[in-house]
Amino acid sequence: MAIAFDEMNIPGGDLRPAYQELARWLKETPPEALEYRRQEAELLFRRIGITFAVYGEAESTERLIPFDVIPRIMSGKEWALLEKGLKQRVRALNMFLRDIYHGRDILRAEVVPDDLIFQNPVFRPEMNGQQVPHDVYVHIAGIDIVRVDAEDFIVLEDNARTPSGVSYMLENREIMMRLFPDLFARHKVAPVERYPDELLAALRSVAPQSASGEPTVALLTPGVYNSAYYEHSFLADKLGIELVEGRDLIVKNNEVFMRTTEGLKRVDVIYRRVDDDFLDPLTFRPDSVLGVPGLMSAYAAGNITLANAVGTGIADDKAIYSYMPDIVKFYLGEEPILKNVQTWRCREPKDLAYVLDNLGELVVKEVHGSGGYGMLIGPAATKATIEAFREKLKREPEGFIAQPTLALSTCPTCTASGLAPRHVDLRPFVLTGSKRTTIVPGGLTRVALKEGSLVVNSSQGGGTKDTWILDE
Amino acid sequence: MLSRTAENLYWLARYVERAEYLARTIDATLRVTALPAAYIGKTNEWDSALLTAGVAASFYQTYEEANEHNVVDYLSFSADNPSSIRNCIEAARLNSRSVRTALTSEMWDTINSAWIELQAVWSKGTSTREDLAKFLRFVQETSLRFDGSAYRTMLRNDAYWFSRMGVHLERADNTARILDVKYHVLLPEEEHVGGPLDFYQWSSILRSVSALTAYHWVYRETLKPWLIADLLILNDTLPRSLASCYGNLVRNLDQIGVAYGRQGPAQRHARGIRNRLEHSNMNDIFQHGVHEFIQEFIADNSRLGEIITKQYLI
Repeated sequence: MAIAFDEMNIPGGDLRPAYQELARWLKETPPEALEYRRQEAELLFRRIGITFAVYGEAESTERLIPFDVIPRIMSGKEWALLEKGLKQRVRALNMFLRDIYHGRDILRAEVVPDDLIFQNPVFRPEMNGQQVPHDVYVHIAGIDIVRVDAEDFIVLEDNARTPSGVSYMLENREIMMRLFPDLFARHKVAPVERYPDELLAALRSVAPQSASGEPTVALLTPGVYNSAYYEHSFLADKLGIELVEGRDLIVKNNEVFMRTTEGLKRVDVIYRRVDDDFLDPLTFRPDSVLGVPGLMSAYAAGNITLANAVGTGIADDKAIYSYMPDIVKFYLGEEPILKNVQTWRCREPKDLAYVLDNLGELVVKEVHGSGGYGMLIGPAATKATIEAFREKLKREPEGFIAQPTLALSTCPTCTASGLAPRHVDLRPFVLTGSKRTTIVPGGLTRVALKEGSLVVNSSQGGGTKDTWILDE
Repeated sequence: MLSRTAENLYWLARYVERAEYLARTIDATLRVTALPAAYIGKTNEWDSALLTAGVAASFYQTYEEANEHNVVDYLSFSADNPSSIRNCIEAARLNSRSVRTALTSEMWDTINSAWIELQAVWSKGTSTREDLAKFLRFVQETSLRFDGSAYRTMLRNDAYWFSRMGVHLERADNTARILDVKYHVLLPEEEHVGGPLDFYQWSSILRSVSALTAYHWVYRETLKPWLIADLLILNDTLPRSLASCYGNLVRNLDQIGVAYGRQGPAQRHARGIRNRLEHSNMNDIFQHGVHEFIQEFIADNSRLGEIITKQYLI
């Protein structure tokens, strides 16, 4: 594995320009002061209740995601490139989804194989020919980006269903500003606090035609036991909209209403944080109590906008991921600005053979997995695990893809033995409304806290950092 | 506002109020039982604490004897007792989480911090009187902070009024229960009113609703059962009296009625109870029977809870 790109230091001892002020500050600040602030930050997180639930543990288990007080910094120029690439990618994602559920030009042109769509469990035939307002499918996208050298950003994953983490982007900034006002005074950090406003504007802009002049937006959550519940309530609060559960909603004459103390009130746009499968027991899983019976018929009648649209999973499926550069070219006729990680599709015999021969060097992921579950990290795995994966791959090759182990860039991070480089990724949030696509300058930086570890997922013990885009 | 939100706010307020009431009850009981036997007679104060909390029946399913250790444990820490302080705080926090958007950050902080702090107490328990006293004080302070932060930070809209309704409905219920049980327990002693025994028994009632000083201000007399009943039932200057709770309930319901442009059965029922309290005097109540009067009140009060639920919360 190559030596990881260091976000702060140029090999040979020089600092990258964006980090100069931080380095100076770190030199002046005694380690005890950092440790003290770290503890203070943890206390704040716990008191505010910024927690996430861990599945498979007792219901009351609410964990803090560890927060690292050293910010990750990016220059304005780097960000500008990234922003352009993200907008391009999300535009293509939306066009792809519209096409898949309507004309299917891309399948006819044989850019993407048919069976990857039609035999995919996240493809929703219910959405065939269904009009969605303004043709926006992915209103909120979380694109996972890693960096391997000074020039290139690489997309690791497109999250087009119900991406989470944006509350951490906002809260991390709040807490940093509270704890390190002096550090902010020495930098010009682009603000992220407009995100809720941008999100609300985007959601309102995609209201169905039958909505009244002031469309009513609500956020649909699975409830307090969901791992991202904190985020749901946080966003509803910041947006000033109702946080509803399935039981608060009722469908009548193909319109959606919420039960209020003053009777039923119509809802026009639902920012849903409930997965497709659980949205409507009449259409999807009949055993779901999280959803709203009849929601899909209201959707089909054009009386409600769901954000993100139903069926967007097909665009962030890991099997489709490997086709993204072609998808961008096909719809936009442009070269993709953001690269993909080289990906072997185990469904293709040639790729499978290569993967089986090189398991020890590769990362193998389940096509439909998420959250860092069910993956093999070859270089870090035991022989037994590798052999177990070999059997799985042979049994069900179409269920997996493989990628080289990337040398994710590192960022200085507080550890028990002082500052040390740790691997990071970045999830910026891209918002698409009826007229424009916006990204607040920043995102969620996740950091692998264990030395050498490349797994940044919170469910696997990763932490987060504030992400600073310098306004130059 | 979402019906579920209103319901959560209403119950959240009730749970916090109930936790405080339980803490007060335990506190007052501890004081009485600390007195030499000559002052308190043979009545089992711990039994009456269970009765006022309304959990005597379920208590005896688990425990043999109503002694200090068992009752304190059951009322404070038991996970099996649905209205133990522990369960009240847990439920309050769960309700808070599901309506965080309707709470101010100060209110959330109060409940969440209390919950964090008290989790340590649940796991350790309280081994000494000092620990217990600290715990009881903490519960009361949590309720004060919660009430105070609601009062100081909430918008005066339906969210506020629904949560105030929860407070007043719960408080009325608690005051009524205390009076009922104490009158019941103390009734045989009535002819000896005025002895040290009664003094400490009655003062414990007043203490449990933190009205001992108020009593002296209002009546400037030694403790007398009918005056105590007058204070707790009819005197609307005492915030925990039934009259005061109902003055507030009627006001809260009216505010909601005005905001929504519609009155309903809840408004009418609450007004009915308030009017009865306004037009009663202690003579009539004693004639009718204090116990009977209070039993009717408790039933009427819980009926109001049902009506509010039907009209607004589901």
